[in-house]
Amino acid sequence: MSAKSGRRSLKPRQNRADADFYELRLYVAGQTSRSLTALANLKKICEEHLQGRYRLEVIDLLEHPQLARGDQILALPTLVRKLPEPIRKLVGDLSDTENALVGLDLRPARPVKA
Amino acid sequence: MKPRRAPRPEAARAVPKAPTGIQGLDEITGGGLPSGRPTLVCGGPGCGKTILAMAFLMNGARRYGEPGVFMSFEESIEDLTQNFASLGFDPRPLATRKKLALDYVRVEPNEIQETGAYDLDALFIRLEHAIDSIGAKRVVLDTIETLFSGLSQTRLLRAELRRLFNWLKSKGVTAIVTGERGNSGMTRHGLEEYISDCVILMDHRVVEQNATRRLRVVKYRGSTHGDNESPFFIDQSGLSVLPIASLGLQHRVPTGRLSSGLSGLDEMLGGKGYFRGSSILVSGSAGTGKTSLAGYFVDAACRRGESALYFAFEESSAQIVRNLRSIGLDLGRWVRKGLLRIHAARPTTSGLEGHLSSMHRLIDESRPRVVVVDPISNLISVGTSIEVKAMLARLIDFMKVGQMTALFTSLTLDAGHPEGTDIGISSFMDTWIALRNIEVNGERNRTLDVLKSRGMPHSNQLREFVLTSRGLELLDAVRDGRGRVLMGSRRGAHGARTTAEKRKNGTRTRKAAGGRSR
Repeated sequence: MSAKSGRRSLKPRQNRADADFYELRLYVAGQTSRSLTALANLKKICEEHLQGRYRLEVIDLLEHPQLARGDQILALPTLVRKLPEPIRKLVGDLSDTENALVGLDLRPARPVKA
Repeated sequence: MKPRRAPRPEAARAVPKAPTGIQGLDEITGGGLPSGRPTLVCGGPGCGKTILAMAFLMNGARRYGEPGVFMSFEESIEDLTQNFASLGFDPRPLATRKKLALDYVRVEPNEIQETGAYDLDALFIRLEHAIDSIGAKRVVLDTIETLFSGLSQTRLLRAELRRLFNWLKSKGVTAIVTGERGNSGMTRHGLEEYISDCVILMDHRVVEQNATRRLRVVKYRGSTHGDNESPFFIDQSGLSVLPIASLGLQHRVPTGRLSSGLSGLDEMLGGKGYFRGSSILVSGSAGTGKTSLAGYFVDAACRRGESALYFAFEESSAQIVRNLRSIGLDLGRWVRKGLLRIHAARPTTSGLEGHLSSMHRLIDESRPRVVVVDPISNLISVGTSIEVKAMLARLIDFMKVGQMTALFTSLTLDAGHPEGTDIGISSFMDTWIALRNIEVNGERNRTLDVLKSRGMPHSNQLREFVLTSRGLELLDAVRDGRGRVLMGSRRGAHGARTTAEKRKNGTRTRKAAGGRSR
């Protein structure tokens, strides 16, 4: 948590509510099994850890290929955490929950001793 | 052994090629890169991969009606365009006309967390989108290996890259994939395993403090190619490759003649002087009058109203003008008239390629009829003798195609044997004039003789060559009664004795000895 508060002090204009709010974008290409797995895994994570404080947008690059450029997407599926900053990219179908939580800053990278 | 040229009907069945428009590269690849297939261009950092790739795209868009996509994995679009604009070819106008699409794929390892199975479909989608948006026929991926720095699943990446290259083939685009030179293989991640149609290796090395650039076609499936290392250079006009003597010997051969500027020498050369479009070597040790002879040659050209270009690698242009004035030549007026251009540079100011590049450019700009390189031997200081030879061959070919007459001076170290010209360049030369110092009886006298002159009868005589404030003069060999050649003061003594006889006969000695003018 100390890392988080440090970041907050760098961004004074952000209030507490903003910092806790997750804006997520999931990039996929069509309804492949991998896309569906990723979406299912993501929903599970959100329900367990981000109840009520996230917004999820799913972007199908087959329909909007031009959007891949903006978020610098190269692999699929990719989950982009737009907020809170800094931007994070989670590449893969999110089946590795541990890594996904680390990537979303919902769990410290190494277990911290209490 | 020369590679046998395939007969015409077979050539038609050969691999279709996409011209790169890069001078020289199309020559060694026999017409360009394999059309509709990826080509791997690899080399160390700063070797010119990106420039080659960009030149391929821009030439394609400008000259061959083939729009292109440049996908950069290393430099941002701003950096890329700025760098190229400062080199003199700005891609932005082509981009605004939709002939070129630039995309920057940023791979930021810190941002990326891998959480399971994935593929590179987004890259495919981006690329396809870019290709379709401008109808691209050419694609550059520079440098795709950067992906390995951001994504850790190497096996997956390799499989995806293989898929990408196959996909590029199925799209029918001609692609350049660049790769950084690796320690063990040609590229760090072994891209050469996937791209096997054509592989070009670039190299930037320093030999005796001088940077030289080399390029080699390592592999070209289904096509013959020059497999020598070729020097290349990068300048305002982009990238040029200098295949070693690639122009072959098919240039038109003019039969016209032009004066050497010295009537005595013209007489020795079948009475008419040099062939137009030929190359002339004037070799000699220090102080034998090489530059003076070159000066006469240039002066004669300018008198005829022909433009001349003088490359000076030893003296400044002002110094050449001043020194030649001492033998009665005023080159300054030709410079002022704009007929003569003297380009002076220290050989060590740049590498061989750099010199060749600026020489090419100047020749191209001023389109002279006559060129002097004084001295060619000084260029040895910036390259090994093989390189100088290759460069010279290239330059001579270039000038022969343009039907320019070129005179090269060369400093020989061993005064006794001018034939031992250090570069071994004489085989490129049509006419070879040797100047020597001969020391006899406590004086040094200069002699001139024609060692060879292709395609014309020429004198086999050794002439005495005198530099006076009035100019150069060739004196006939004077022999005394016992057949000894007399020079310098001895000639004077002998001359005094024979003047009376000559007057009686009514012939000038020079003409009698020249002989062939009639």
